[in-house]
Amino acid sequence: MAIPFFSPGDDPGPDFAALIRRTGNQPAEIPAEASDLIQITHGTTCVAVRYADGVVMAGDRRATSGNWISHRSIEKVFPADRHSGVAIAGAAGPAVEMVRLFQLQLEHYEKVEGALLSLEGKANQLSGMIRNHLPQAMAGLAVIPIFAGYDTARDVGRLFQFDVTGGRYEEADHTATGSGSMHASTVIKLGFSDALTREEAVDLVLRSLWEAADEDSATGGPDLIRRIFPVVATITADGFTRLPDDELETRARALIDGLGGDR
Amino acid sequence: MSMPFYVAPEQVMKDRADYARKGIARGRSLIASTYCDGVILAAENPSRMLRKISEIYDRIGFAGVGKYNEFDQMRIAGIRHADLKGYSYSREDVDARSLANQYAQILGQIFTNEMKPMEVEILVAEVGHDPSGDQLFHIQYDGTLVDEEGFTVLGGDAEPIRERLGAAFDPGHDLAEAIRAGIAALAGPDRTLGSNELELAILDRNGPRRTFRRIEDGELDELLA
Repeated sequence: MAIPFFSPGDDPGPDFAALIRRTGNQPAEIPAEASDLIQITHGTTCVAVRYADGVVMAGDRRATSGNWISHRSIEKVFPADRHSGVAIAGAAGPAVEMVRLFQLQLEHYEKVEGALLSLEGKANQLSGMIRNHLPQAMAGLAVIPIFAGYDTARDVGRLFQFDVTGGRYEEADHTATGSGSMHASTVIKLGFSDALTREEAVDLVLRSLWEAADEDSATGGPDLIRRIFPVVATITADGFTRLPDDELETRARALIDGLGGDR
Repeated sequence: MSMPFYVAPEQVMKDRADYARKGIARGRSLIASTYCDGVILAAENPSRMLRKISEIYDRIGFAGVGKYNEFDQMRIAGIRHADLKGYSYSREDVDARSLANQYAQILGQIFTNEMKPMEVEILVAEVGHDPSGDQLFHIQYDGTLVDEEGFTVLGGDAEPIRERLGAAFDPGHDLAEAIRAGIAALAGPDRTLGSNELELAILDRNGPRRTFRRIEDGELDELLA
């Protein structure tokens, strides 16, 4: 692979997406009629909630192609960089590719410039990528992420939701995306209070995904037999931390035991 | 019509080499050495903003001496090369050897074909998963590529520093010992260098995915004490 050089007036700067366009490494667009002809794999429900130390993000593990469950253990919550994360819903292939490019975009900027982007700058970058994806979204391959992070300049957790045109909306307390988002949002809305503890916030997102899975066939609940649990991550001053499966198993079992009494 | 003077190719190359060496000798020197848990890159650099040492990829670091705009151009090209390669293949497929080869090709071509050679020396370091995998590639202004064992010195005043570091170097050193040995060699017998005159970074074998980490201010003071 050749080493890329550009003349000063013609330099793509710290923009990795521009670099792959310039070097011809950009993947081909999926034709507009594709989603009419083939079943596209979709990922579903993700949520993010602000709590005392930052933000907690969570996503279920199911991907569906029409009526089929195509994956039981897909991951939809990813670190974007040290202090931010991105969760995705929508067409799984383009979504995972968008996350990969977004992660690289942030890392590339950081290395080339020798400085980090602001949290707002990162959210705007993602917004631009969604906007560029609009033609594909019109072809049935929409990707709707959530972006959340710990703003090290302001010492606070912040979250952003997006629409398919790249519209970027900052949310104060919580947000959700994907087919089960309506049910998940309601649960979070009822359970949210200011300055939740980490444990309370984790229980709240697990409960929200449980209720979403209960109502929406495209959202998967915790699978105690195969030991597949939602991906849950906290983002605090210490950075992005994914919760271990052991902790999630304990919490999922406690959640299910608690529900048994109610119903 | 006037005819251009004939100049022997030997003379052209010698003049270019002298020019490049003079440019490089104007700047201060830089060392790289392995230690038990990775690689140290240390430069004498009073500037906080204009860096000589930088991260290229998960396990690869870069250092340059000489003319700032020229080695910074090489640094950015290296980051682009590595990120594109990792994007096209996989993160594991990005290696220092291929990057060092590319740098050598570019510098060699510029040295031979352009009016002005680049006034830079470049180091590409990679930290292995065990000490035998550590690599230091030293690339000179004319494209000469050397695979160095254990440690290397870049810059105008390299020879005396190389001698001092050679006497003090031990691949089994821990971080503090290796930093003290490296900085003492860089400073020489007649002076000491404080943390505000140094730029220092490590590739930490046991670190997270991105092994590159700068050591600055208080942390560096503690290690130097």
